[in-house]
Amino acid sequence: MAKPALEAIELVKTYRGARKKPPLRALDGLTFHVPEGVVLGLLGPNGAGKSTTVKILTTLSRADSGTARVAGHDVIRDQDEVRRAIGYVPQKPSADPMATGIENLLLSGRIYGLSRSDAIRRATELLQRFGLEEAGGRQVRTYSGGMQRKLDVALGLVHRPRVLFLDEPTTGLDPEARADLWIEVERLAGEEGMTVLLTTHYLEEADRLAGQLAIVDHGKVVAEGTPEALKAELRGDSVSIELVDADTDGTVRTLLARLPGIGEIVVDGNTLRARVDSGATAVPAVLGALEEKAVPVTAVTVSRPSLDDVYLRYTGRSFRAAESADTEGMAA
Amino acid sequence: MSTSIDSSPTPPPRSGTATRTTPSRVVKRKGMLAHTGLIVGRWLRAQYRSPALIAFTLVQPAIWLLLFGQLFKGVVNLPGFSDSSYIAFLTPGIVMMTALMTSGWNGTTFIADMERGVMDRMLASPVRRGALMAGQLISNATTTILQTILVFAIGIAAGARYDGGVAGYLVTIGASVLVGTAFGSLSNAVALLTRQQEALIAIFQFVSLPLTFLSSIMMDPKLAPHWVEVVARYNPVDWAAVAARQALSADPDWASVGRHSSYLLAFTLLVGYLSTRAFRTYQRSV
Repeated sequence: MAKPALEAIELVKTYRGARKKPPLRALDGLTFHVPEGVVLGLLGPNGAGKSTTVKILTTLSRADSGTARVAGHDVIRDQDEVRRAIGYVPQKPSADPMATGIENLLLSGRIYGLSRSDAIRRATELLQRFGLEEAGGRQVRTYSGGMQRKLDVALGLVHRPRVLFLDEPTTGLDPEARADLWIEVERLAGEEGMTVLLTTHYLEEADRLAGQLAIVDHGKVVAEGTPEALKAELRGDSVSIELVDADTDGTVRTLLARLPGIGEIVVDGNTLRARVDSGATAVPAVLGALEEKAVPVTAVTVSRPSLDDVYLRYTGRSFRAAESADTEGMAA
Repeated sequence: MSTSIDSSPTPPPRSGTATRTTPSRVVKRKGMLAHTGLIVGRWLRAQYRSPALIAFTLVQPAIWLLLFGQLFKGVVNLPGFSDSSYIAFLTPGIVMMTALMTSGWNGTTFIADMERGVMDRMLASPVRRGALMAGQLISNATTTILQTILVFAIGIAAGARYDGGVAGYLVTIGASVLVGTAFGSLSNAVALLTRQQEALIAIFQFVSLPLTFLSSIMMDPKLAPHWVEVVARYNPVDWAAVAARQALSADPDWASVGRHSSYLLAFTLLVGYLSTRAFRTYQRSV
């Protein structure tokens, strides 16, 4: 296996609590390795520790304990080498709004030591690639959200970094702009062999872009592997049953639990979700049992395991529930 | 002058270290200059894209000179007042006050950068921290020079006359640049530490009024209560006003000009250094 482009070992970071609040442990022994040329997706709800991890790996912040290496350089001892080797696209828009797209790219290129003519060439190339040629001479504050995000990514690429950090690159983008950006990220990893660390709280994004996935929960990596391997670990299928009336007294749940080959039932409003050994044999049995008790059903669907199921399995809660529970009181 | 990178021993060359040469002191110093130049360029472009803002900062000094200068015209008749024309006395003071007031807003640009991801992107790049600070301050200094010239123009139009020659004006410009740089860097430091526009403005307003009034900007401290005179002796804005007024007079006491200018320069270098250290504190808290 190639030598890892990114290593985080037992990272711990605690933020001092705000007034009358306890200190917040953002990272609690987070560990992962990413081989060169791989897109690692750090997947987790807001507040899971994704951004903190990125800030430590990009030398912006320091871990209380633990070590991290980027492109072979220690993030504390060799800060300068790390900074030269990485591109960083922060969560927030990172272009100077008062400057034009070109000016932003030139400044960035020259900071990394490109000559003026090289910087101009590179800026033109990137503007073209991201479809911003026409907007390049305009002040960034006139750009749409999608255009700004593309420029942000371009800014992270000016100096051809070996490792690129994308912190929630598509949050707040409309679906079209998101799809555009996905294509670009896929290209980066595919054609340019760049190592990319991508944080996201979109399951779909992680599934599509990440060659390797680390699921982060409460400052720890709770599961790691390719999306396919993670899904394959979950045997069988997932069946979801949409009821006309919510199963408030638990009768449906009990009923289903008694059927053979059904495990892990989760109730979510009018919907019951269950893991089954085989969808093909479970569905007739489920429908039979429900009909016998005259429980009205809107729909039954069978699906292969999704990342949501993977998330549920490792963290004990569904992704959506984790999102809404954790967003309060935990600013990334 | 910048971060731990500069003070840490030069790391041994490593295989696979991108395309850059091994950082050495020389390369770093060159980097510092080049980076400063780049950052100056960024701020100058932004500044002169909205020249109206500079004009706007002249409204206040104009009001001070024209209204206050008229209103208190008579104070020169008080026994012991060191000048014979109040507008001539007031103008160098207003120059320093303008430099102080304008620079106080410096930090707001840092905060805007922090509210977006600009600051984080910069800090994750190899740009020297000292360059981020110095670049912005140099750009601010060009504003200060422009303002100083314009405030003088207003003062002279209002009747101020100076016997000192070109040297007097140059000393005044130099002193105003130091005031702008010192308080501009303090403003940047407060920005890095508080990360809040409101906090920065509140702190600055709290500080700028005493700095202005416990000095010889408006009034000869010899005519003020003794404690004001004592406090003014330790006020960097007053050092600037005193140096400028001396240098502009017919028969300057150059020793006094030199002494006050040196204090001011030392103060500026000290706060400039400390303010650059504030990047570290900011990074510790992100």
